[in-house]
Amino acid sequence: MKKSQLYVLAALFIAAGLTAFFYKWKVLKFPVHPVEQSEVWELQARVEYQPRSGPNRVVLQVPIDPPGYSILDERFVARGYGMNTERRREQRSREVQWTIRRASGSQALYYRATVFRDGTPSPERDRPQLASPPELEEPFAGAAAALLETVRAQSVDSATFAARLIQEFNDANPGQEVALLLQDRRGDYDRVRFAIDLLAIRNIAARLVHGVRLDAATGQGGELRPWLQVYDTSAGVWHTIDPRSASIGWPEDLFLWSRHPGAVLEVEGSPRARFDIRVQKSMVDSLEAAVQRLEVRDRNLVAYSLLALPLHTQDVYRILLMVPIGAFIMLILRNLVGVKTFGTFMPVLIAISFKWTSLLAGIVLFVLIVGMGLLVRFYMERLKLLLVPRLTSVLIVVVLLMALVSVLSNKMGLEVGLSIALFPMIIMTMTIERVSVAWDERGGGFAMKMAAGSLVIASLAYLVMSWPPLEHLLFVYPELLLVLLGLTLLLGRYSGYRLTELMRFRALARPQQDG
Amino acid sequence: MFNPFAVARRLREVGLVGINGRNAEFVLRYNPRRFYPRVDDKLLTKELALAAGMPVPDLYAVVREEHEIAELHAKLADRSSFVVKPARGSGGDGILVIDGRRGERYRRANGSFMTRDEFDHHLSNGLSGLFSLGGQPDHLIVEYMVRFDPLFERVSFKGVPDVRIISFLGYPAMAMIRLPTRMSDGKANLHQGAIGVGIDIPTGLTCRGVWGTEPVREHPDTEHSIVGLQIPHWQELLMIAARAYELSGLGYVGVDIVLDRDRGPMILELNARPGLAIQIANGNGLRHRLEQVQALERHGKLSADPAERVAFAQARFATV
Repeated sequence: MKKSQLYVLAALFIAAGLTAFFYKWKVLKFPVHPVEQSEVWELQARVEYQPRSGPNRVVLQVPIDPPGYSILDERFVARGYGMNTERRREQRSREVQWTIRRASGSQALYYRATVFRDGTPSPERDRPQLASPPELEEPFAGAAAALLETVRAQSVDSATFAARLIQEFNDANPGQEVALLLQDRRGDYDRVRFAIDLLAIRNIAARLVHGVRLDAATGQGGELRPWLQVYDTSAGVWHTIDPRSASIGWPEDLFLWSRHPGAVLEVEGSPRARFDIRVQKSMVDSLEAAVQRLEVRDRNLVAYSLLALPLHTQDVYRILLMVPIGAFIMLILRNLVGVKTFGTFMPVLIAISFKWTSLLAGIVLFVLIVGMGLLVRFYMERLKLLLVPRLTSVLIVVVLLMALVSVLSNKMGLEVGLSIALFPMIIMTMTIERVSVAWDERGGGFAMKMAAGSLVIASLAYLVMSWPPLEHLLFVYPELLLVLLGLTLLLGRYSGYRLTELMRFRALARPQQDG
Repeated sequence: MFNPFAVARRLREVGLVGINGRNAEFVLRYNPRRFYPRVDDKLLTKELALAAGMPVPDLYAVVREEHEIAELHAKLADRSSFVVKPARGSGGDGILVIDGRRGERYRRANGSFMTRDEFDHHLSNGLSGLFSLGGQPDHLIVEYMVRFDPLFERVSFKGVPDVRIISFLGYPAMAMIRLPTRMSDGKANLHQGAIGVGIDIPTGLTCRGVWGTEPVREHPDTEHSIVGLQIPHWQELLMIAARAYELSGLGYVGVDIVLDRDRGPMILELNARPGLAIQIANGNGLRHRLEQVQALERHGKLSADPAERVAFAQARFATV
């Protein structure tokens, strides 16, 4: 009918999308390619707790002067809370206090920092305060004395002394003294604090700091962990010791979160507080530069973009934004090529599930589970179950199969089997049902052909969807989806032949011989 | 060599209507959504046809609930042959043709036997929507089993052949007869292995056939020629196809008609998006014919009289 109207609409969408893209690219200078070389990290601490009925106070230790890094930007997100940051000079630490008179429901507070790695870590030179040695009772005092004597004999200075002590702690077959001393001290934090106490007996100044490893290889970070620092009086520097490996020295990728010796998070009267740290090396890199430039000019442009969302949500959008791409590929393959698949968007859903397993493993797992599920389904056919109970039983079997695969692959040391947990089981169940119905109705060959078609399209969609430059492009320029929408509208009225139809009807194209 | 561009050009000349073309230019334009239930629900189709005085196979029973399956056996006690089909089924899926019984067992048209349990399970699957268009819960209809015209005895394996006529704005545009084969298990659906044979609209003579994608002149199971057969009651069939327009309200509709030995033509079902294989069976594209009707539409000359429409179609739509 109004085909011209459709063209105008499509043109508008495409033009709007491209205009926004060019403006952001040329004028605002958002990067088109994901950049990797310089390291800008996004750290986000998230506090979640159940508030008391009265006033609540949350104290979180936050970074200050981290060696080797500089903080480009930080934000505190806590709606409705009073906020106060405070420096503790003697410990060179800083904390943020969030307070609220009345709160209900689960509370989430955020601290976000963008940090830039500016080279080799500078040694810390502040003077230590020696802790008073602990009062140990027998038999612990004797054990401690014996242990310290052994350690002393095998070390030359305070750093090697502390490292040797940690090694004793970590020994797989600990000596009698160590076993006795550590019997109630299991966690990293407890052990480091205890090591500090023992060192104090020897007049070695030591302290605990909290740090996060920023792994350059994966672009992600680990959790917040304690690190042991001992003071070398003669050189006047602090040595850092990894309480897990006992290695001495400041790891390049260690980000010092806080020097506060106590807990990083304190929530008054709420033992159920949860705390986690998310770290991401981001393309925010040059993007961050662009964003920071913009903030000076016009805050709203950034405030209303995906980049202002919390990292958890950003991760979700990284995937969500790629779904239309997969759907568009489906559209082309179905309407222009004419490939037959199970369900309209089933292959796209399968492709999304591949994101957690990688392609090859995903295909293997998919074939494995759908195959085994089919066997079960064929057996169910004999039991003559009704449709819904049958689907439910297949679903249960699928979940069990997934658990089995995970357990087996864990036993065999394969990592991929573990990520299967995120494989959407409903999709698997429906696939099994549809394959088996097609099998009954149209024969095994037909069912296999459709299943293979679905899997091929899923793989193709996955490959495109997980192409990093495209992912980056859509995340930074989500308006490009408007272009996709325009193209989809145009294709929406494509009334020409599909490629497979040319094959199917090619007999008609031959000149007719008979009448 | 397969050159897609050359093939596409040639197919356009022939006037082949592809799936996208059929959907965008004919189905979406001429078939109002609100009339779909009239063709998607075979029970409703049957009622409408009866109201319009058009012949349909007798309805024996309707099964809507699980518990009615048990009662069905009693209802059918004195009938030895009948057909069970899902009211909203598509593509011939889920149709059960029973042509006799041995004690507790039902004999299917393909000669195999079915226990009562298997029969019940099939029905219950149908009720829960296994065969229906969107997987929606469905009801089943049990109806008269057509005894086909003796003409087709030599060109049909088991099942019942049916005639499909595509009717556009009430003008019968193209026709074919679908002959079941051993491969199609007695079903008349082309994608399941039945043969499609084009019918010349003016004369009602069969012209050429297609099995899968290959052209055929003989039935593969009986080896009898399928060309040059005169379809009986041809004028009546064309009239049914023409009147299906008013009946369904759909401009572009496929009308499936069976020829019963005793009762003559009967409407089996209507289809809002009939398949495109009819063009291969006829060796002709549909587009040129549809465009002639569209030309009438543009000039406001569409006829309200089915007989006139049939006359127009017979004058214009010869299969070449």
